[in-house]
Amino acid sequence: MKTKFTSFQELVYAFHESIQPLDVKLMYEGEINHDIMKVFTTLTENDLKSEEFPGQKKVFNVMVECLQNISKHADCVKGSKQENIGNGIFLIANNVLKLTIVTGNIIVKEKEKFIKEKIDYINQLNKEELREYYKKMLKENTISNLGGAGLGFIDIARKTQNKLHYSFNEIDDKYSFFIMTATISK
Amino acid sequence: MKNLFIEKTSQKPEINFNPETGILAISGRSLPEDSSQFYKPVMDWLKIYFEQPYENTKLVFKMDYFNTASAKAIFSIFNKCEMQFKEGLDISVEWWYDKDDEDMKELGDEYVDLFTMPIQLLKN
Repeated sequence: MKTKFTSFQELVYAFHESIQPLDVKLMYEGEINHDIMKVFTTLTENDLKSEEFPGQKKVFNVMVECLQNISKHADCVKGSKQENIGNGIFLIANNVLKLTIVTGNIIVKEKEKFIKEKIDYINQLNKEELREYYKKMLKENTISNLGGAGLGFIDIARKTQNKLHYSFNEIDDKYSFFIMTATISK
Repeated sequence: MKNLFIEKTSQKPEINFNPETGILAISGRSLPEDSSQFYKPVMDWLKIYFEQPYENTKLVFKMDYFNTASAKAIFSIFNKCEMQFKEGLDISVEWWYDKDDEDMKELGDEYVDLFTMPIQLLKN
């Protein structure tokens, strides 16, 4: 596989550094399934217990949604390190001001437009508008029985009350590597 | 008709539906691996229950947390109750939230907006 970068980990790390260079607590690359999600959420919960941080439950919620996005929506490139569906990278950084969750996974390029439009739309909504949008999507999602990806982004934006940062990095003419950052202020 | 009881785990809520008292209680956390599979028996039970429901039904919703994948199923449970309410059944909802949990309270406010049946928000 020809790529414009040496490793996905490097890419995720660089993206994170470009936004806020701070303490990386944990970085994982590999399959992200329900069991992995359980392990990481428990680890992080335990890790935060020593801190006087009222938003701990938010961290749990946001982590679940971020990891679920990967386990349900990551695509795969044959012959690459991330050959299996549901593979991705996951990074947690924590300092006195905020906790950051960065995820990275492969997607087919056709999804780029949908994801970009969805996040851009969510990012320009205020709190009240997000609330109305969540209600609308909840109703429509249930009726049409579409996947919950849309609801996930809205939920992350609502819980964090911060903008979602993202980037798409071309792998080849079919695939991109999608990186997203969710930030929880302390 | 039998009770529906599902024991809680760290990923699944406790379900305790009693057809003789009309109390349908859901409590705990909900982030099962496959939410539609987990909630299927719940929906099936409700379908049968509402053929001959108790004279007044109360949905007691006492969740710490549910993920967006569960939100769809939970919305469907509320929706089923709402349909019964619209057909004239005496049905009400208690939405419990922890006093420090703004997010669960806000979600409760949204459910109040989304449905016409009485939903009472109660602090734990």
